[in-house]
Amino acid sequence: MSPERKVRILIAKPGLDGHDRGAKIIARGFRDAGFEVIYTGLHQTPEQIVAAAIQEDVDAVGLSILSGAHGYIFPEVIQLLKEKGAEDILVFGGGIIPEEDIQQLYEVGVKTIFLPGETIQKAVEWVKKNVRPRG
Amino acid sequence: MFKEEKLKKVQEEKKKWIEDLSKILCETPERLSRFTTVSDLEIKGLYTPEDTQDTDYSRDIGFPGIYPFTRGIQSSMYRGRLWTMRMFSGLGGPEETNRRFHYLLDHGETGLSIAFHYPTLMGYDSDSPMSRGEIGKCGVAIDTLKDMEILFEGIPLDKVTTSMTINPPASILLAMYIVVAEKQGVGKKEIGGTIQNDMLKEFIAQKTFMLPPKPSIRIIVDTIEYCTKEVPRWNTISISGYHIREAGATAVQELAFTLADGIAYVEAAMGRGLNVDDFAPRLSFFFDSHIDFFEEIAKFRAARRMWSKIMRERFMAKNPRSWMLRFHTQTAGCSLTAQQPYNNVVRTAYEALAAVLGGTQSLHTNSLDETYAIPTEEAVTIALQTQQILAEETGVANTIDPLAGSYFVEALTHQMEEQAWEYIRKIDEMGGMVAAVERGYPQAEIADSAYKYQRQIDSGEKVLVGVNKYATDRSPITIWRMKSEIEERQLRRLREVKQMRNNEKVKELLHRIRMVSNNGENLMPHIIDAVREYATVQEICDVWRDVFGRYSDPGYF
Repeated sequence: MSPERKVRILIAKPGLDGHDRGAKIIARGFRDAGFEVIYTGLHQTPEQIVAAAIQEDVDAVGLSILSGAHGYIFPEVIQLLKEKGAEDILVFGGGIIPEEDIQQLYEVGVKTIFLPGETIQKAVEWVKKNVRPRG
Repeated sequence: MFKEEKLKKVQEEKKKWIEDLSKILCETPERLSRFTTVSDLEIKGLYTPEDTQDTDYSRDIGFPGIYPFTRGIQSSMYRGRLWTMRMFSGLGGPEETNRRFHYLLDHGETGLSIAFHYPTLMGYDSDSPMSRGEIGKCGVAIDTLKDMEILFEGIPLDKVTTSMTINPPASILLAMYIVVAEKQGVGKKEIGGTIQNDMLKEFIAQKTFMLPPKPSIRIIVDTIEYCTKEVPRWNTISISGYHIREAGATAVQELAFTLADGIAYVEAAMGRGLNVDDFAPRLSFFFDSHIDFFEEIAKFRAARRMWSKIMRERFMAKNPRSWMLRFHTQTAGCSLTAQQPYNNVVRTAYEALAAVLGGTQSLHTNSLDETYAIPTEEAVTIALQTQQILAEETGVANTIDPLAGSYFVEALTHQMEEQAWEYIRKIDEMGGMVAAVERGYPQAEIADSAYKYQRQIDSGEKVLVGVNKYATDRSPITIWRMKSEIEERQLRRLREVKQMRNNEKVKELLHRIRMVSNNGENLMPHIIDAVREYATVQEICDVWRDVFGRYSDPGYF
């Protein structure tokens, strides 16, 4: 039996929003938890994020958004992943997202949203439970 | 001699106190093994004259309005004039923001402060693909002079001062402001206000960057040089610790990195051949007021003392105004919680009190709903009235620097100063802040502090009421939502402006900006000419991106 490879996660900062404190903390927290983490850096378009996800062969993409642009960014990233035949890459997110918008994001395929006040540990546990290395 | 005898007596009495205390602690130990500030600075249980024995009143504390300004920069402080109540505002399009400005001025606000939406902050127009989903969300959309004219309708620019939180395109927005004033019949020499214009802290923390560090600083120095001669009441730069702190820095890091940025700008302007006393009086600062009350007050006091020494001893400034650190304060956005938003009113009030006891010149108080969105009118009213209660009910503005002489506050002020000098020495050794930023030094220090703090929150070592302790159900609040027609209106107006203006002229003026960008002349007069003909923010920034290249995030984590 070959050992399962490590979970690979892309943490991405879409749009023009520069608030990267949360993205960097979660990237480091995931790395410390033993996942392989790639961080895109700031100001990425949905196209750039999807290209990075495919090129890096990740199992999940975590988007951090604090600018209010979540209603555009999440559906766009999920749509582009579909178009590239990579819909098995899970998409989750975190940031400042009003609770009444969350249901809509789940409907387009976002797996979970971490809101302010969540612990690193809780996000790590969610990944361990929900993200598997893709075939 | 007398002083030494007194100190000896204090030491003896302290010994006795410690003996008594040890007995008590055997039975009931202290609540915590370490008592620390929010920045994790360890605090002792008691401070006595022993902790300030090296403090010399005249040398280290002195009098307000007199070097080293520890007690404040004006000799009468708030007894002469209260701090400026300046609420950071921008929402949707210029129409909505103009209404908010009028509302705030009608309710006792004393200065304006513009929050721009992300595309403007980053040098894009509303019709750029980069602006998708962002129009009017985090601030006001400004693409051309037309928007700026609407923004200031009915607001006389000779009667109000305006602060603009804008960085890579700061020169462009200042140029628009100058032209709006000109159209009101108000000359450049009469207008007053501030552009943030501090790119170093953008690379370090806030991350609205566009060009690499060196050309960014060249454009900043152009604005300093131009305003020194032409717009003498304008604060050419607001050297900002706020964003450094919000990105996760400790109070000492905020203090040190901000002053190190200030040193870099002074060096750059002097490198252009400017006389330090001509431009230094118009440098201003901007700090965070976080939740740890005494740490913040000590930070503000240390900042004033340090900057005066830097200006006088390092840069040999002669004019006392060059030695003064004037600063704006914003209460800490990052201390607020999405859970139990009403608690944010309380946090903000304590933070505002610290800013006032620290001697701020102007203050923005955050609204309770700002962890979610731009504040509603109701929320912003509470935030503004928090300042008004502080100013006119609590009595804290009656006397100057009331905490001076507190053994604790003076010792903490001294301790923070010493630790900040240590950082500044380290940055000097790296070749200054530009070199330090290029190698990612402050960025890495901040990321480490942010991660450490999050771990302390996660473990419960640091408490956030309503989040990791005493958590209850979230109390829902109504938040501000942008109407979709605002986006359509903004795009339509931009299209119309581009059709109506003299496009040949705009092309020629943009070409001139390209030439001047290359030949090193001062850009400001040319930017003013271009915006007067309705050149857009992005058109000018595109020229710069083309000439100077782009800065992209190295993505440290």
